[in-house]
Amino acid sequence: MAIKRRDFLKLTSVTLIGTAVSTAVGDLLTRGEIKAEVYTSPPEALKGKRWAMVIDVKKCKEGQKKGCEKKCIEVCHYLHNVPSIPDKKKEIKWIWEDEFEHAFPEQTDEYLEEIFKDVPFLLLCNQCDNPPCVRVCPTQATFKREDGIVMMDFHRCIGCRFCMAACPFGARSFNWFDPRPYIKKVNPEYPTRMKGVVEKCLFCYERLAQGKIPACVEACPVNALIFGDLADENSEVSKILKERVSIRRKAELGTHPSVFYLID
Amino acid sequence: MYNAEKVIPFIIVLIVFFTIPVWLNFGRLEAIPQPELPKKEKKCVESKEYMRAYHMKLLDDWRKKAIRENQHVYVASDGKTYTISLQRTCMKCHTNSEKFCDKCHNFIITHPDCWYCHIAPEVAKKWQ
Repeated sequence: MAIKRRDFLKLTSVTLIGTAVSTAVGDLLTRGEIKAEVYTSPPEALKGKRWAMVIDVKKCKEGQKKGCEKKCIEVCHYLHNVPSIPDKKKEIKWIWEDEFEHAFPEQTDEYLEEIFKDVPFLLLCNQCDNPPCVRVCPTQATFKREDGIVMMDFHRCIGCRFCMAACPFGARSFNWFDPRPYIKKVNPEYPTRMKGVVEKCLFCYERLAQGKIPACVEACPVNALIFGDLADENSEVSKILKERVSIRRKAELGTHPSVFYLID
Repeated sequence: MYNAEKVIPFIIVLIVFFTIPVWLNFGRLEAIPQPELPKKEKKCVESKEYMRAYHMKLLDDWRKKAIRENQHVYVASDGKTYTISLQRTCMKCHTNSEKFCDKCHNFIITHPDCWYCHIAPEVAKKWQ
């Protein structure tokens, strides 16, 4: 069926008008929008390829004897608005202390437990190089940044707790209820979390962006915590790890933790 | 039309019923929200028109860039730089979420859940 000349002209004009109208409407919708937005990282920000922490447990013990009152934990939990919930099953922790036998349950050497009987072990998220929590997260709320930090986007967390099941270190806590009533002193510069999200230590990413080292490292009066870039041969952590004996928690699982414990 | 004497008045009644809000608020201007603007600063990150229309997009982009891409500085179209942070940048000028954000958001019944986690300045003041 051949199209008539009259119909062809009609169709053409309708198409033309339609195109003109849709462009006009499109322009209206994106009116005033900025086309190219520019983002940079601040010049003072610390840059690294694989951030890591070294914890000297003997120095830590000395510090506690001198009465540091676990400033690292106090400062971290204040700065990040971590609630102190008395119920152990529902508590939230970013950095905490435990005994050797709990931190390293796989160690089968008989006398190690004796040696480390009253040595405190500071535990925190190990910022694994091969993080199992990231693999299981269905919403990519937790992911690994280019500088090695296992980051969390709390906005995206749906509270499925897969990451808590995947983490072999118990470094993640779930908010069973609104944590705000349990925060006595608030830091107005940092958000809290809400009911139904998982949280953990983020290696002070917000402080790194301001050119500062993590709060726990800065707070330690005896410098038992050392922070640095493992990818950098000349960084303090790299040098220390080459000279001294260190162990990592559950290294046999292949998650490649970035938190090292000096035990010599 | 059958039963026109019943159907037409009923249609009119229906139209009036569904347009009641229009008639009740007709000519009333006080319902338009008046968010309290900062006194110290004259200009926001971008122009007023842009912020009005796209602040949610800007905030969303800020979040993505800062958290996911580790880019913590926003360069505005006039070249000024801003640290990406709701609590440390936005709320330093807009010092009260109830008098600023909520004014419009309540009016158009949109309730974004920013303040479940982020601490509004007035809440922080009471907390201390």
